[in-house]
Amino acid sequence: MLAQFGYGVFVLTFLLALFSLGAAVAGYFNKSDRWVEAARRGLFLIFPLITTGVLTLAYLLVTGHYELQYVYSVTSNDMPFYLKLTALWGGQAGSLVLWSWLMAAFAFAVTLRKWDRDHELLPWVIVVTSLTLAFFLSLTILYENPFTRWWQTAGGEFIGRMFAPVGALPLTPADGQGLNPLLRHPGMIIHPPMLYLGFVAFVIPYAFAIAALVTGRSDDRWIRLTRRWTLVAWVFLSLGLVLGMRWAYDVLGWGGYWAWDPVEIAALMPWLTGTAFLHSVMIQEKRGMFKQWNMLLIILTYALVIFGTFLTRSGVLSSVHAFAQSAIGPMFFVFIGITFVTSVALLIYRWKDLHAEVEMHSFFSREALFLLNNLLFMGVLIVCFWGVIFPLISELVTGQKVTVGPPFYLRANGPLFGALLALMGIAPLSAWGKSTFKTLGRALWKPAIPTGLVLAVLVILGMRNWIALVGFLLVAFVVFVTLFEFWRGTRSRQKKTDENFLVAMWKLGGHNRRRYGGYLIHLSMVVMAIGILGIELFQTTTQKTMAVGEDIQISGYTLRYDSLAQFPHADGRIVTRAVLTVFKNGKSLGELYPRYDYYASGQPMTIAGVRSTLADDLYVVLVNWENVSSAQAPFKVYHNPLVNWLWIGSLMFVFGFLVAAWPNRDEDRQEGNK
Amino acid sequence: MKTKSILILSICMPLMAILVPIFTVSAQKATPSDDEVNAIAHQLYCPVCENTPLDVCPTTACHQWRELIRQMLSEGKTEAQIKQYFVDYYGARVLSEPPRTGINWLVYVVPPVAFMAGATLLFLAFRTWKRIGSEPVATGGDPSTQGSGDDIARKPIPNQDDEYISRLEEELRKRN
Repeated sequence: MLAQFGYGVFVLTFLLALFSLGAAVAGYFNKSDRWVEAARRGLFLIFPLITTGVLTLAYLLVTGHYELQYVYSVTSNDMPFYLKLTALWGGQAGSLVLWSWLMAAFAFAVTLRKWDRDHELLPWVIVVTSLTLAFFLSLTILYENPFTRWWQTAGGEFIGRMFAPVGALPLTPADGQGLNPLLRHPGMIIHPPMLYLGFVAFVIPYAFAIAALVTGRSDDRWIRLTRRWTLVAWVFLSLGLVLGMRWAYDVLGWGGYWAWDPVEIAALMPWLTGTAFLHSVMIQEKRGMFKQWNMLLIILTYALVIFGTFLTRSGVLSSVHAFAQSAIGPMFFVFIGITFVTSVALLIYRWKDLHAEVEMHSFFSREALFLLNNLLFMGVLIVCFWGVIFPLISELVTGQKVTVGPPFYLRANGPLFGALLALMGIAPLSAWGKSTFKTLGRALWKPAIPTGLVLAVLVILGMRNWIALVGFLLVAFVVFVTLFEFWRGTRSRQKKTDENFLVAMWKLGGHNRRRYGGYLIHLSMVVMAIGILGIELFQTTTQKTMAVGEDIQISGYTLRYDSLAQFPHADGRIVTRAVLTVFKNGKSLGELYPRYDYYASGQPMTIAGVRSTLADDLYVVLVNWENVSSAQAPFKVYHNPLVNWLWIGSLMFVFGFLVAAWPNRDEDRQEGNK
Repeated sequence: MKTKSILILSICMPLMAILVPIFTVSAQKATPSDDEVNAIAHQLYCPVCENTPLDVCPTTACHQWRELIRQMLSEGKTEAQIKQYFVDYYGARVLSEPPRTGINWLVYVVPPVAFMAGATLLFLAFRTWKRIGSEPVATGGDPSTQGSGDDIARKPIPNQDDEYISRLEEELRKRN
């Protein structure tokens, strides 16, 4: 009964989304405020309705209604309450429900804003959000229904249907299959909502962009209105990516955080265009330039958001992430095609209206450097997109499958990321409009001196890897430029106000949150780059099968194998755990406990034993895929220098975002943004 | 005659039993280490479970393939020969990159060509914009718009040298 209720709610919500869509279109063409208001109220109502549906599904999950196919496939009696709850997005159908729910929450927030000044945009913002919602809801009610239940046919066959097939009897299994062990990690519990929040939040700036195109608004109002939405979308997408990296590092037992898997790249692609957009909208705000380009970037970001969901959910590309496969691929394909073609057609139609208000003055101006930054992001996007779709093209044309793996991406993207780091250092020193080689050079030399010293120290310390030297040189350069910018601004304020240095810096940042928050985000990015350079360039690994008492050496560490134990866990899994003692220079540094868990479903999960410091990680895997016995066990050990800085950088990133996005009353009042 | 043959055989058989293993062993190398096996396995992808490198793939099939690599190494096969063996049996998908033949060249050619095309377009556009932009423009206006992250209005470009300081000072003047 509850299942039917939940399904009914989703059908009703879908119809409401269609109503909002139709009412908004009718309101716009008939110039009827009443219809537009009806559409707004419809969109407003969708969120509480979907929430009711989601709560119904959550209740069914936590109370073990295994008669439902979805509940059966992602929960089991031995799972704790919180995992049963988060199993809501542990499978295909549930994750699509989550997508719609988050999208509805953002649409709800949009309907609540004051529309007086931007009333003409409202109908088309409603059209885009309702259309996107209706599409995802249609997937839920037509293809991936989480309320489908089990039936046993007269022939004894078990089938899943929403309503009783003729002659079939309802079936209620006593227990479910349980959540995929790989998804029981905290990182994977938070990763999908974060990623989806980033995905759906980008729909809002896209909706405003389309509204501006349709209504012929060629100013930058839509950008100012969606500035914070864009930042929120970008930060959630970034956090989603970082959490995914942490999950891979902790759970896959591969010793790394990023494998250039197609589904990882699917989430990275909208981040690339989103980051380019975040930078290039500043040019439009400051200089009134690149209006067409910004439109194209947000259209691309939206298309890549849907494309990313399509790759993850359709199973079109097989990978470690594509847990679920279904027949929704063609629906996605058609939707991406229609929205992309329509958006680009609209842009072409308005192309001439979106001309620049001023022209470029210098190759070294900040807008020129931002545009170069955009080119580099587009370069990475091309590499990623091509790398993901080429295996499909190859299979279609030649019938032969190929793999496009890490060597391709690293070789192609490495120089592009290096150039982006360089720009991150140079651009803050340039000015809008006029900036010459001479003025830029004058600003560069001060941070260049300590940067050169860092390089000299690295060479004296024995670093000879030229890629690492270039990488750390760029990291140091960005750090010093950013600190220099803080220092310069603070000193300037001090001259005027007689405040002490800390107060002056605090107030400077407080009055320019977007600018200095952005700098903090730059700093966080280079801190992350330290971790990436460390693990990518200096990772070492070794594997050895050891008897108790034997040891293995790696990068100055010695690991002695002490014991192995196997025991059942309260939740039913069988845990096999080894104990190793770590030594350096003959001194014991503690014990590591690599293990692997076997779940009742037969699925294993490898959990590495990790000793983590700021200098390096010692990452030990009990290699369950080789022969393990009490007499001897195989261990794979990774030495990952500096990798912790990747996670520290991501925490700094959150702080930078909070500074950048914190409401600024003066600014909001000035823009009528609230 | 028959007795003589049996006699020769009875002498040769034990000799062969001793010599054959000796010659066989001398033709093979010592058992390759896990690291030597992984060095090659890491460059290959599991032919069954896609996008999983062979050195970390937990399936039984991959375990056997790693043992096959070990055996081939012990037989003196080179890295290239082993990789070729896997390509011959399972197709090019086992390689971490498409081989540089036929249509596969596209994967290597398209990104740099597209990037260079974008860079060229950008450069040409820059030149056009700069030519237009170098025509007389209003200067010497309000410096507060230069580079600030929060300023709102777009204004003419100042011509002061130290625009940063003047920008901040102007901003401070406005806010305090």
